[in-house]
Amino acid sequence: MRFQAGDRVRVAAREHEGHHRTPGYVKGKQGRVERVFGSFMNPETRAYGADGLPEQALYQVCFAQDELWPAARRSARDTTCVDIFEHWLEAE
Amino acid sequence: MSEHDHDHDHPHDPITSEGEPQVAARAWALEELLVEKGVVQREDVRRNIDRLVSRSPADGARLVARAWVDPEFKQRLLVDARAAANELALDSGPSPVVIAVENSEAVHHMVVCTLCSCYPRALLGPPPDWYKSLPYRSRAVSDPHGVLAEFGVELDDDVELRVLDSTADVRYLVLPRRPAGSEELTEDELAALVTRDSMIGVAQPAAPAPA
Repeated sequence: MRFQAGDRVRVAAREHEGHHRTPGYVKGKQGRVERVFGSFMNPETRAYGADGLPEQALYQVCFAQDELWPAARRSARDTTCVDIFEHWLEAE
Repeated sequence: MSEHDHDHDHPHDPITSEGEPQVAARAWALEELLVEKGVVQREDVRRNIDRLVSRSPADGARLVARAWVDPEFKQRLLVDARAAANELALDSGPSPVVIAVENSEAVHHMVVCTLCSCYPRALLGPPPDWYKSLPYRSRAVSDPHGVLAEFGVELDDDVELRVLDSTADVRYLVLPRRPAGSEELTEDELAALVTRDSMIGVAQPAAPAPA
């Protein structure tokens, strides 16, 4: 596992042709690793009949609501947490 | 003779798939192909649909009610919801990780799948249509307080709202707050207060009926 709970990370801002599970609204955004779930098959290849290997580490990454949708913030502590595979995360 | 003139005499519209949403036609076509190519059997499809629709939020409600009456069980549920479900002989489904998150005075969780309709189906049954709708999937993250208000939930200003977007292999179940006035209720009576929507995090459990 490259990251641990508490690590600051940024989601890669890259485009990706085809199936992937990284929602557009978190691309390029900075967040914090909240949970480390272990490794799972990669949906980007599994979606096309491949075996999804090598497995990718999966993290729950929490973003301040400000970082994603400044207008939606009400409590300064509001967060949105998204499950993101390791190859989409960069260390901050 | 019209195309619809056949062996019985009650009137009805032609039975066709016209007007069926395009996505349904696509699903049918996909099923036909998978069967034709021998990837699945029609019986498997039927059995899986049966299994899916046989589930209901009652299983999730049993987990919640047990957690409300048994603090040690609650701790085990929050650590590993699959193992906790096994303790009650409940099947938590094929997802390798099921996470229960606890609503409290300090934090309120709500669950969405912005990419499709990921949902703890084994414990809650099929998701409601609104959960799969584009408006919920987009607004649950961009305007969660607005969505909660439409469901009748107003959080105090000092409560942290935490939206969980289940984008991958993990399924989330909200452990709602036990309602006031429920201290005397049995575990079964408590389970009856736990609604599906409260386990998605868009509602509070029902208040107990006055004695």
